[in-house]
Order: sequence, then C-alpha cells, then structure tokens
Amino acid sequence: MEHNIIVINENELTFEPGETILEVAQRNKIDIPTLCHLKNTIPTTTCRICLVEIKGEADLVESCATKAEQDYIIFTESSKVVKARQKNISKLLASGNHNCAIRDFDTNDWTSFQLDVLKNDGKEDLCPVWGDCELQDLAYRYQVKTLGMPLNGCKYETERVNPFIIRDFSRCILCGKCVKACREIQVNNAIEFGYTGEDLKIIAKDDAALKDSDCVFCGECIQVCPVGALIPDKAFRDGRFTDTKKIRTTCSFCGVGCQMDLFVQDNKIIKIDGADTDLPPNNAALCVKGRFGYEFVASPERLTKPLIKKDGKQVEASWDEALNLVAQKFSSIKEQFGPDSMGVLTSARITNEDNYIAQKFTRAVLKTNNIDHCARL
Amino acid sequence: MTNTIADIETSDMILVTGSNTTENHPVLSSFVKRAVLKGKKLYVIEPRRIKLTEHATKWLRPTPGTDIAWINGMMHVIIKENLHNKDFIENRTENFEALKETVEKYTPEHVEDITGIKADDLIEVARQFAKAPAASILYCMGITQHTCGTDNVKSLANLSMLCGHLGKPGGGVNPLRGQNNVQGACDMGGLPNVFTAYQLVGNDEARSNYEKIWNTTGMSASPGLPVTEMIQKAYEGDFKSLFVIGENPMVSDPDLNHAKKAIANLDFFVVQDIFQTETTRMADVVLPAVCFAEKNGTFSNTERRVQRVRKAVEAPGETKQDWEIICEIAKRMGYEMSYENSQEIFEEIRSVTPSYKGITWDRIDKIGIHWPCPDETHEGTPILHTAQFTRGKGLFHAIDHTPPAELPDEKYPYILTTGRVLYHYHTGTMTMKTDGLNMLSPECFVEISSNDAQKLGLDTGSMVDVSSRRGKISAKLKVSSKAVDGTIFIPFHFAKAAANELTNAKLDPIAKIPEFKVCAIKIEPGTV
Repeated sequence: MEHNIIVINENELTFEPGETILEVAQRNKIDIPTLCHLKNTIPTTTCRICLVEIKGEADLVESCATKAEQDYIIFTESSKVVKARQKNISKLLASGNHNCAIRDFDTNDWTSFQLDVLKNDGKEDLCPVWGDCELQDLAYRYQVKTLGMPLNGCKYETERVNPFIIRDFSRCILCGKCVKACREIQVNNAIEFGYTGEDLKIIAKDDAALKDSDCVFCGECIQVCPVGALIPDKAFRDGRFTDTKKIRTTCSFCGVGCQMDLFVQDNKIIKIDGADTDLPPNNAALCVKGRFGYEFVASPERLTKPLIKKDGKQVEASWDEALNLVAQKFSSIKEQFGPDSMGVLTSARITNEDNYIAQKFTRAVLKTNNIDHCARL
Repeated sequence: MTNTIADIETSDMILVTGSNTTENHPVLSSFVKRAVLKGKKLYVIEPRRIKLTEHATKWLRPTPGTDIAWINGMMHVIIKENLHNKDFIENRTENFEALKETVEKYTPEHVEDITGIKADDLIEVARQFAKAPAASILYCMGITQHTCGTDNVKSLANLSMLCGHLGKPGGGVNPLRGQNNVQGACDMGGLPNVFTAYQLVGNDEARSNYEKIWNTTGMSASPGLPVTEMIQKAYEGDFKSLFVIGENPMVSDPDLNHAKKAIANLDFFVVQDIFQTETTRMADVVLPAVCFAEKNGTFSNTERRVQRVRKAVEAPGETKQDWEIICEIAKRMGYEMSYENSQEIFEEIRSVTPSYKGITWDRIDKIGIHWPCPDETHEGTPILHTAQFTRGKGLFHAIDHTPPAELPDEKYPYILTTGRVLYHYHTGTMTMKTDGLNMLSPECFVEISSNDAQKLGLDTGSMVDVSSRRGKISAKLKVSSKAVDGTIFIPFHFAKAAANELTNAKLDPIAKIPEFKVCAIKIEPGTV
C-alpha cells in the first residue's frame, strides 16, 4: 500500500506524488538553503547548496531536483551535508567579488572588519546589498572563511547605463535565477546564459546593455537575485543601516491590483518589491511602472495648498477660504440653476471609500445623479 | 472579469482581442505567456502586431472597427460545423434562433471582405475555440472604445455562451480594467444610473433605503449624465459646475478642443488632484489631495477582488484625504458628513452594498476577496455565473456589423488608433515624474508601417504633422513592425502632442464611450 511518507530530520512527512524533497521540506517549514531555486520554475541545480543526504545512498542529492520517494530517510544538516555546502559556498565566494565575509568571525572588531572590507573592495562603498545577501547569510551560517582566498578579477565591467537596473557582473554567482524569472515567470525572454567556460555571463540579446535589448525593466530579476549582482539604481544607496519600514499595499497603476511591499526610510519610498510568491493576484511579480514608477509620491511638484483663481491667476489660499468658496458656489448654482446643472467626476484612481463619499455627496447633497468617472477614457 | 487572473493559466485556449496586454497589463500578460509555455493555445486578434503576437499560436489581423463581423463569422463556422454547446444553449440561454439567423450571412468569405481576416484563419480559430474544453476571452479598450462598443462586448458574450465557456474554470469573458480602481469606482456607484452594487437610482426601494441611511430626502430618481454628455451640455452652455476628482480629462477626453471650450463655459470648475495638470490649470479652485501611498482604504481589481491599500508615508504640506475634503464641502453646504477614518466609511459601504456585505478589513488583511460576498462566512466568488446568469438565462443578442463613425477617405487616408505604452500611465501625471520612465519613453510618436513611411518618403525621427477634422498635432514618426499598412497608432499620454486633439468624440449610444480606436487622419511632413 502506498503511503507517500518520507522522513526528514526524523519527522515523518507526507508528500504528493511528483513533489521534490525541497518542496516537501518548504511546505513543512524545514529550512533547506538554496540560492538558485525559484518557485514555479524548472530546477537547474546550478548552486548545489540544497544538497541533502538520503540514508543508504552514497552521493548527496540536490533536493530541488530530486522527487520524494516512499521511505526516503533524509538528513538536511548532517556533517556530510554541511561539509559539502561549505565547499560549494566557498567556491561561490571565490568566484567573484564577495569579500564581505573576510572577517574571522570576531564580532568585537567591527571597525577593522569594515575597513578591511572597504580596502579589499577597492571601492568607495560596501556592497550595496550588504546585510541583504543570501550568499553572505550562508557564509556566516556555515562559517565559510574567505580569508586568504584569491580574489578573482571580473573581466566584465559593471553596467550602469540603464535606467533602474545596475548589473555588477563581479558579484554574479551565475545561479541563473534571473534567467528563470525573465523566461519562466515574466516570460519576457530578454536574458540568457551567454558564452561558455570562464566567459560564462548572463547576457541580453547580442550581449547588449539592457536598455538596448528586449528587456522591459520589470525588475523581476532584481527581486530574485540572491546577491548584489542586480541592484536597483536608487535603493539603499544611502542610509543602508537606518531603519526601514515595510508596508504591504496595492499598486495604483493598472487594474490588476498587484500586491507589493513599499520600503520606507525617513518618510520616503526607497524600493518596491512584489509581495509573496503565494499571494494572488501577482505572486510577487510587478511591472516597470509598479516597481519603479513611485517617484511621483515624493515629487516636489506635488500640490500642497489649495489654490483659488483670482483675477485669472491661481493663488494659494487657506483650506477654509477654498472650502467655503466651493460650498457657497455649489449652493448658489444649485439654487439658481437646479441640481442637474451640476456634475461630479469621481475617479478610478481613488479608493472605494473615497468613491463612495463622492457619490453620496453628489446624490444626497447636490441632489443629482450627474456623477461619472473615467472608466470610458 | 467573470473569472480570475490565476484562472487564465488553466485555460486550454485563450483568445485575446482589443488588448495590448504586455504593455497595459504586464503582470497579467505573464499568465497568458506562461499558459503558452505550458502548451496552451493563444489566438491574438488585433489590428497591431503587438508583442503578444510573438507568443501566439496565430495572430489574426482585423481592420479596426470590424469586430462584430469576425465574431459573427466565428459563430457562423461553429454553428455550421455543429460545434456549439447544445446543452449549455438549451439549459442556460435564450434567443439562440435569432442569433443563428443573424450570423447565417457571416460566411468566412464575407467576413474576409469586411475584416481582412483570411477565411481559413477564421475557421481555424473558430474550431479551436469551440473544441477547447475551456476557452477564455480577454479583451480591453480595443473592443469597447467604438461607437459599437456595447455590441462588441455582447458579441463576445454570445461567442462564449455559444460554446458554453462561461461559469467554469479556464473560461469566461474577461474585460481587463485599465485603472487601479475602475472596478471599485463602478461598484461604489460612481456612475450616473446606479448606487453601489449597481442598484438602479430609479428603483424606489433602493432609493428610499439610501435616503434613510443617508438621512436625507428628495434624491433624484432619474439617471444622470455620463461624463461625455456633461461635456457636451457644458459646450452648449447648459451646464454650470463640475467637480473633478483625480482625473485629467483635458488630455484624456476625445476631441480636446471641443472639451476645452466646454470646460471654459462652466460657471464654476473645481478640481481635486495631487499635481497641477492640464485640467487643474483651468480650475477656479484646486484642492490638494493625498496619493495612494498616503491613504488607508481599498481598491477593487479587475477580477473583482477587494484589496487593502495602506498608508506608508506622511502626506506632504496641507494635503487632505479625498473623502475628508468632500465631507468638509458637504458640511459647509449644511449636510453633516463626518467619519473617524476610512474604515468607518467601509462599514457604511457594507451596509448598503449587498455584494460587499461579507467583506471586512479584517478579512482582507492578508488576501483580498472577490465580490459578490454576501455574508461574513462566504468565501467570495472567484467565478461568476456558475449556476445561472444575473438575469437568469443568458440572452443571445442578434447583432449586425456596423462600420465606425469615421472612415478614411481621400483627404484623411489613414486610420488612427490610440492607446498606451508600457512606460507611461494615462496622462502621465504620475509616471512622468520618474526619470527612468521618461528615458525609456521620452515623447509622443506616430507609429507607422515601413511601407507607409516609404510612400511618404519619411523615416523614423522625421517630424510630421498629423491632422484630423478636429485638430492637428506634431510629433516624430516611428517606423515599427507593430504597425500594419494604413493604420497609425499614437499614444495618448503626452499633453504636448495630445492624440486626443485628433480623436472623434462620437459615442456608443448605450455606454456613451467615445470611438478612440478609429478615426481618419492625414500625415504631412512637419513644418517644425
């Protein structure tokens, strides 16, 4: 009789036929680290971090690409697994500009660590995703030291010519997550693996800059990049260490209603990410407008005071003056010409609550049904 | 949408028409493209060779404004080949015979003459649509913004009912709403003929219920004017005041010269917005409001899902919440209107809106709910019409093709169709504040086929004057593989070269929607 049960770290767990070991683990909140796995895409096993041990099997297997089978007894953190992960993390760290883990795990000497990092980096600033990097997290978690490891130079220059997206190839671990996001999630088919061997690189068509390619700047690649290879050109540039609030809301552009997280520092939106992969309607995806088109919020051109037209020119006024004028004019027009000489255009841009109040005002106060909005335009 | 966004991926055959999905609903378009990756069929029926055609099983190209003809043609083929869903037609619909009679004359050859779609292609898409276990229709303004817009939509509903593709997963007739809360604005009664949840203003019971809850009397029982008719009345001098909230009709309205004269005719013009726009500049009073990131509330998306909006930043200067401003005006006109916060307003909405009754802010804290949701134990309604239609049986409408109000002629030889580009939103008041978006789409353009450009002796970058019977704009030519000979596309975002100076304000007689998608223009080398 088929039970569909596997044992992970001594927990008996059921699985659906076809489910991978990683999927069963994730569903049961058992943490198997991975850098290249992207939900709802085909596993590519490029990072080799999600290795697990199956009792009785000589070789470790990639949990992202191995289907659960009846009576598997699996260990996700055995010493064999940990050693293999350390080795693979170490390879990734050595593959590029990942000197953030150079310190020898001495948390007391913070300053010299930072100075070392700066020196080693050869750049003005720390890695822009310092503290928000999955490879860095793993290096600490598995105590992988890069001390003494040769720093490999990167033959590809950082691409800074694009709007929104900076591509720093020196930090790319070639995990291919961005390619999966582009080709299997957004299906924009703008980037792929190019060249071979040591020249391997994530490229747009003809190895052009993103701005000269099929890229539509949805930024899905930035969101899934586990390291500092793909970064938004604005976010976290300053004040990386100050407090950031994260607020879940609904996008205000088209009618899809994407769920997204606004990252706010000092009352300013500094970054927007798609919400959870499990959350409809967008499953963490966003488009270029939703992800990057937020600068209007903090624009200095925002209207901040009521304006009243006097002698043909609009001048600033107090709320009392403006509201009294509107109320008095509406009242007198209503009396003189009747309610149906007046109209309100409410908006497909404002909330349900705002819209409800607009129609209540039109019907109960102005006493007309002349209310409409831009649905037709 | 009758179905959900996620549902698109479960469809066996997707028919996209009148929607430039990858540019206007990019995230939703991914669901369509992923369905194709999984081996599902995609047919795109579009006047332009849009990006989505690259993913399509087949692209069919109709002459703009001939949608009823090809839809009737598909139905002709389906009935003739006996592929229609007799059970569904028998049990769920009425008036099939009238439909059958009307589509009889829409033979594939006749349809080819009207639309330019090859007879064989029409037969193929008809068969695929009818034979698919579940087929979904996605459409947008390319279907609705015509003088026959309402009939176009009814025709798509006919097609879906004919094959029994309504009321089941993977099927449906799915309009893609173009603005974040256009669904909610309609649900909330931001329309001239209905209160919330589409209760008719002429319905005495509904009206007296509202009068009781709103503590007032003497509300009007006669439907009001839609925006397009308010503008016309103002033009004629019979309209005195207009209060515009968060809209920029001085760029988005058709036939702008006419609209500007209409607004100038008003005695009193008030605009509430977050930026100065072409519209606020004409206002007697401008009221500064807050934007989405500064307010708490809800939006209802294109799949009828009511979702939370949360305040993330403090609003600038002396700006106020939209609802607060309106309440203040009401109070000063002698009507007491005050709320602690927007959640209290939502509670009032629930009390008068049957389809929202079961939705609370608590319930949608993590994940939104699809209306109708009649009580707090109800999980919402992802798919409409599963057991019956709103009116009971689905009514087939027998509809004939009618040509657009204005067709090309010797003087104005090209068809103009308008729309949006990926990088901007509507009149650009928000997106044009982001440098990166301006870099990717800096200015207006006139999209033309290489053949047409050659005939004019012009190329990409040439300045051209584009004129219609109503106005003239100047912009750069852009030769594009998206364009088909004879049809020109111009985005309407750009106030400096506003496509709506050219468009025709002729309306659909029922929906009162303007014919943005077809008018006649000419193109001449620029004088600048």
